[in-house]
Amino acid sequence: MKYWRAPYDINEVKIAHGQVHIIKDRCKGCEFCIEYCPTDVLELSDEFNAKGYHIPYIKNEENCTNCGLCEMLCPEFAIWSTLKKGRKAKVAGLVLGKQE
Amino acid sequence: MAKKKKEIHPMESLLRMDRIPHIWCPGCGIGTAVTAFTSALEKLKADLNKVCVISGIGCTGRVAGYVKLDSFHTTHGRPIAFATGIKLGDPELKVVVFSGDGDIIAIGGNHFMHAARRNIDMTVICVNNFIYAMTGGQVAPTTPLTAYTTTSPYGNVEVPSNIPQLAEACGAVYVARWTALHIRRLTNAIVEAMQKPGFSVVEVISSCPQYYSRINKLGDGLDMMKFYHDNSVIRHNEPTENLDIDYQKQIIVGKFIDRERPTYMDSYKKWLEEVKHQIPKSPKIQNT
Ligand SMILES: Cc1ncc(C[n+]2csc(CCOP(=O)(O)OP(=O)(O)O)c2C)c(N)n1
Ligand code: SF4
Ligand code: SF4
Ligand code: SF4
Ligand SMILES: [Mg+2]
Repeated sequence: MKYWRAPYDINEVKIAHGQVHIIKDRCKGCEFCIEYCPTDVLELSDEFNAKGYHIPYIKNEENCTNCGLCEMLCPEFAIWSTLKKGRKAKVAGLVLGKQE
Repeated sequence: MAKKKKEIHPMESLLRMDRIPHIWCPGCGIGTAVTAFTSALEKLKADLNKVCVISGIGCTGRVAGYVKLDSFHTTHGRPIAFATGIKLGDPELKVVVFSGDGDIIAIGGNHFMHAARRNIDMTVICVNNFIYAMTGGQVAPTTPLTAYTTTSPYGNVEVPSNIPQLAEACGAVYVARWTALHIRRLTNAIVEAMQKPGFSVVEVISSCPQYYSRINKLGDGLDMMKFYHDNSVIRHNEPTENLDIDYQKQIIVGKFIDRERPTYMDSYKKWLEEVKHQIPKSPKIQNT
């Protein structure tokens, strides 16, 4: 997310933090979850599963907001997230726009 | 990592897990449409003993076998006819027909017309992948003009049906169209449709990478779904005559019809009140 300035409530806002679960051998490697995860948590791995598909791996679970989109888009019922805990909005993750 | 205990996907309680993994190809959108349906059931907090799913034959027709509900896998084209019987037999049930474009609009077109005309209280979820997928990719009444299929090797010359327009003309009270990737909107549409008394139709635009894409060279399932999603424009209440789908062009999605008409059961009960006195008393006829 790109902000022009730090939001006033940046220190109070808690962002949900999710844990991603993948049943590897159920996945057929369609990449819907990888493409549409809004926070780019997932990436295609070189690994094959038992069926011979390349499957997603969890690249940066830190960014998962437990939004549930991967679960809803997966045609195989192979991926989902659960709520880990609320965490503070990361100021480091805040990209301030160029001030001209 | 996850070896410790068996991980359970949240949808598993609504699926017949002994049949999963399902038969659908990688990148096929039908599984996503099923998730929208199961999520809708969760949102509705539906009594699962009162929901019945009926499918015909086709890839989409397999849905009835995967959902853990009372379900019928009927003959090709007939799910709406079966559903009508079920609804009349037990009007308490929420009846959902989940099937393909060929099943519902081609061979089953007549049942579609007349269930809409009678306004039978049911929800039709029609997965439109523009083709007869299960049987090897033949031309369907939904195949866009010029698209290749195994039975239109020089491109399709038949004008396709516009499902929402057909539904409206025949009398449906709720009509929406979304792609399988509009997952939250699709889920909400299914919720609304299931709450609507009368004949409701939700068309789901979906990918068939195996047949429709292969012969038309449209890439894999993700490419197809991305194309449909990126080329969708949301226009609620758009007149249904504008909802034709041209080959690889813009697709108008949204909720188009939401109107009131007495359902078949309402009309039947009212009529019965009116004509009751004409019915000869007989021990066989019991209506109070
Ligand atoms: C009476 C009858 N006619 C024809 C068939 C062959 N058949 C099976 S599925 C199908 C078409 C399926 O297309 P669609 O309903 O669009 O489902 P999809 O596979 O695309 O999901 C046909 C023609 C049949 N099983 N029964
Ligand atoms: S829950 Fe949302 S943020 Fe987390 S991996 Fe899935 S799509 Fe990405
Ligand atoms: S959406 Fe499901 S099947 Fe597709 S790559 Fe992700 S986990 Fe695998
Ligand atoms: S043939 Fe097409 S519609 Fe059938 S499962 Fe495969 S991709 Fe899906
Ligand atoms: Mg079809």
